[in-house]
Amino acid sequence: MNRKVPLAVCFIFGVVMFIQYFSQHPTARFVYKSILDYWQIIFAFTLILGIISFVNNNISQIKRGNNTFYRIVAISGFLIMPVVALGWGIKTGSPFMWMFENVQAPMQSTVFALLAFFVASASYRGFRARSIPATILLLSALIILLSRSNIGGIFSDYLPNIADWIRNYPSMSARRAILIGIGLGSLTTSLRVIIGIERTWLGKD
Amino acid sequence: MYSNIVIVDAIVNTGWFDITTLSTLIVSIISIAIVLYTTYHRKSRDKFKIREIAGLKAVENAIGRATEMARPVLYTPGWGGDIQRSTTIASMNILSYVAEQTAAYGCQLVYPTHDPVIMTVAQEVIKESYTHSGYPDRFRAEDVTYVSSSQFGYAAAVDGMITRLKPASIFLLGTFEAESLILAETGNSINAIQIAGTDSTIQLAFFIVACDYTLIGEELFAASGYLSGDKSILASVRAQDIMKVLIAVFLLSAVIWETVATISGISGGSWWMF
Repeated sequence: MNRKVPLAVCFIFGVVMFIQYFSQHPTARFVYKSILDYWQIIFAFTLILGIISFVNNNISQIKRGNNTFYRIVAISGFLIMPVVALGWGIKTGSPFMWMFENVQAPMQSTVFALLAFFVASASYRGFRARSIPATILLLSALIILLSRSNIGGIFSDYLPNIADWIRNYPSMSARRAILIGIGLGSLTTSLRVIIGIERTWLGKD
Repeated sequence: MYSNIVIVDAIVNTGWFDITTLSTLIVSIISIAIVLYTTYHRKSRDKFKIREIAGLKAVENAIGRATEMARPVLYTPGWGGDIQRSTTIASMNILSYVAEQTAAYGCQLVYPTHDPVIMTVAQEVIKESYTHSGYPDRFRAEDVTYVSSSQFGYAAAVDGMITRLKPASIFLLGTFEAESLILAETGNSINAIQIAGTDSTIQLAFFIVACDYTLIGEELFAASGYLSGDKSILASVRAQDIMKVLIAVFLLSAVIWETVATISGISGGSWWMF
């Protein structure tokens, strides 16, 4: 019974969501919108669980003395932002917006900026001519890199055309092949869940 | 016959059926029929074998390595997806297997996520897997944590965990966006064995460069059948191959048709652009 009810709910809603896609009737739109609304309600409740888990986890780690400084920063951030938002609002010039623009946004940009260095280090490791396919990859990367830089034209006028050909044909065809595989994989996974063959999300039998 | 036409006409005119989605409906019905046939047809189910997938074969080695080094295993589904996404469901299937193995070996499994719904489902999946392994007492709810819904807040939190906990094995399986390389490179810097897989072709390139094993395309979705050995699930993987052959035949026919039509100068009609 514990498994049959969720499986039946999953099947019914899976079939309903599949059918409504093919209809523009107001009833079908209403069903679709209602299900999305219920999804938001479920999300709101699980967000409470997430916040409880976050706070509990950090407090228990502080008690154990594990990375206390980081934990205190995390809890402080979690408490300060809602307090200033509730106390002074979130309009332009409010303490909340000041903290968002001068603390949160720069920190996010900092983490994002790390990507540039990581791309360089990953490329250095990846583009080593250890085998024939790796050499082809290295040459393709060099051509693309040169064609997109200012000095590309110095080597040959054909370089941008060769780079475009690499991007539009070999690269694009490989990408589309992967995308077809992903699309078919998504389709069969969804069907497996709807018809109840795939039950891992319910736990083990 | 006339009455059938009237019924179809009525369904379309009242908006119950959106005629612009007809081609999608036909393709969907064909796909569903193939999946159902391969799944429930006993003979085709029994004959089927799946090729070896290096990334999935390495799962047990990765967990064994973490056990030997007495370090945790870190598993994260990425920032890009929610529980409705099939990639997240596929990731949950692999998580179930990984959790079963970590429970049996007595290895810590850490699961940070950006989505509270994913956190709740993952807690249940891991808890059930630990129970199924016979070690329910080894499950620690605090290891499955919600960190932040912000993309780079999540990346910073997971990066911090990787740097401090130094997991021996890292699983990056799910929907990843710009945070993919940040996480994979940090994992690489601590010499963790990394198994990754995602549905984003852009992030796949990053994973191939930075990780030890990468599940490409449908491999991520086939993992559930591969790891569990369930014949029904494996049969649906076969359906993917059949559909792939049909798509290839369709594309080839369209290319030949269009080439012949262009060379001969005859307007053959672009029937393939339905």
